[in-house]
Amino acid sequence: MAEPFTTLTSLPMPLIRDNIDTDQIIPSREMKSTGKTGLADGLFAGWRYTDIGGRDADPNFVLNDPQYAESQIILGGANFGCGSSREHAVWALVEYGFRAVIAPSFAPIFAGNCMRNGILPAVIDPDAIAVMAEAKGPVTIDLGAQKISIDAGQSWSFPIDDEAKAMLLEGLDAIDLSLKMATDIATWQEADRAQRPWIYLGANQ
Amino acid sequence: MQKWGLFLPEPSSLFDKLWNSHVVTALPGGGALVAIDRVFLHERTGASALNSLAEAGRPVADPARVFAVTDHIVDTRPGRTDKTLMPGGQAFITETRAAAKAAGITLFDVNDPDQGIVHVISPELGIVLPGCTLVAPDSHTCTQGAFGALAWGIGSSEAEHAMATGTLRLNKPKSMRVSFSGTLAKGTTPKDMIMTLIAQHGAAGGKGHAVEFAGEAVSALDMEGRMTLCNMATEFSAMSGFIAPDAKTFEYLNGRRYAPKGTDWDAAAESWKELVSDDGAVFDTSIEIDASAITPMVSWGTSPQDSGSICSAVPEDAGERSLEYMALDKGQKLAGTPIDAAFIGSCTNSRLSDLRRASALLKGQKIASHVKAICVPGSSRVKREAEAEGIDTIFRKAGFEWRESGCSMCFYAGGESFDAGARVISTTNRNFESRQGPGVKTHIASPETVVASALAGAIADVRELL
Repeated sequence: MAEPFTTLTSLPMPLIRDNIDTDQIIPSREMKSTGKTGLADGLFAGWRYTDIGGRDADPNFVLNDPQYAESQIILGGANFGCGSSREHAVWALVEYGFRAVIAPSFAPIFAGNCMRNGILPAVIDPDAIAVMAEAKGPVTIDLGAQKISIDAGQSWSFPIDDEAKAMLLEGLDAIDLSLKMATDIATWQEADRAQRPWIYLGANQ
Repeated sequence: MQKWGLFLPEPSSLFDKLWNSHVVTALPGGGALVAIDRVFLHERTGASALNSLAEAGRPVADPARVFAVTDHIVDTRPGRTDKTLMPGGQAFITETRAAAKAAGITLFDVNDPDQGIVHVISPELGIVLPGCTLVAPDSHTCTQGAFGALAWGIGSSEAEHAMATGTLRLNKPKSMRVSFSGTLAKGTTPKDMIMTLIAQHGAAGGKGHAVEFAGEAVSALDMEGRMTLCNMATEFSAMSGFIAPDAKTFEYLNGRRYAPKGTDWDAAAESWKELVSDDGAVFDTSIEIDASAITPMVSWGTSPQDSGSICSAVPEDAGERSLEYMALDKGQKLAGTPIDAAFIGSCTNSRLSDLRRASALLKGQKIASHVKAICVPGSSRVKREAEAEGIDTIFRKAGFEWRESGCSMCFYAGGESFDAGARVISTTNRNFESRQGPGVKTHIASPETVVASALAGAIADVRELL
């Protein structure tokens, strides 16, 4: 079960590049065990360290800028999280301490993975993201109101579907919710089996 | 229950039929609980998902409809075992094996004759079928949409959800039809079709959409070509890509191990004929592309949208960052750029027809002496069938390594890679920074373009060989 997400105020870390893929968020070489942890050190490893596989911080990369050390929000570019479906990208973000990504668009699998792990993927116009980055101050996200604001007074709305919102707000587990619908599922499968028996594989294949 | 689901619009699209026929129930908030017919796991994330389910005390609802394969990090050198070139990779294989056994699901293991890349073996075994929903924790699951299935990639949590409940909670995406009219010219391939679409409409061009590929040039493709086309729907940011099934689809699947048999087959094939977009079906977005105008494509940057015709140059508005990484200049002609390596493999282009076309160009030729070249068949079956035709000998004599099947050097997991910073022409689907190894500069292209380039030692136009 993910940590509930209600409101969040944090200095956002600007990483405004289009098409940031999950290979950059967590390179495959940094996925070293079958577990879901031990990934924070690998977050943005290719950009964060001076050498591939090394651990010497590259001071030119924004994640290593001390002012963003406590940042919980990333300002990203379009098509954020494209590429591989690896949920490790989101697990690494969570483990490092990020709770939200604000970007003009997200790759669909990445956005789904975010929702399942208590990270808010907020879709915001690139011009507004530029204003947030320029402000160089904290950003407040109010999920209930679907609103993002900065201290200067400006605010922007973001869309999110009702279920994703409710699940993030309450930290609900999707499997628990769906298992409560076991009777609906069984009824549907019984009817479907009569129409498409070939879908329901037996032991004889 | 109506055959293609309740509330089906008239006329309806193929996507409407695939979607509505799997809606178990509507969810509050506008989404739907959607039935999942097949789940496919691989060893990179399979153990994680299965162990997480087991720890939560949640059984796999129907293990007979869940499969797993070792493809992602398995060694592709001859005589392989569980040992991997990726440090610590063996644990991914052994833990997936143990977890698959405990869950009672079918695993195609390291040296199983049916082992291979998940999206190559699923059709080979008739696991994907027209009209089914199939998910896998792998973004290229959309490959299998070539069979008229709704197949898409998901994360680990969603894989757990699909296995525990037989469903996923989804919002219906918008629908798009991409129509390719006309006929492909000589030397151009389905890879060039999908690369053209992404170059023209961007790597986020399909966002929020489920994409039907249609038109004369798509119908003309064989099943393997259709898989190449659908494979890169994820590089277009689409939920999935799919093609209406036809006689070629049925012929391919008939007799496959998990495909229906006897009267079931007859009933299935009859119902699958209705899996087409009706005349007048409405799409949220439509794109038309003239296939006859498509030329061989090659990427120049670090996103699949950074691609152009083999006869073109790096555009003047190319991003500085990707050009710096790729060590290319604006205005530089793509053809003639020297390469260090060539790779033929991956779920995009490693099937028998890909290897046949590549070997026809390689026969009796030698690749440039400085080029490291590797061919990795997409499945153990593809490898056997290619060897029976002598294709392996042609590749070896030309200077290629010939491997066991797997995902191999499509991505770098910490084990095998090309030399640091090497320039590689590759039949894979992603040209991201360091995707194929530290600093490796990947140019994605068709098998034909890869062969022409390996022979020339530089990016080359295959049409000059025809």
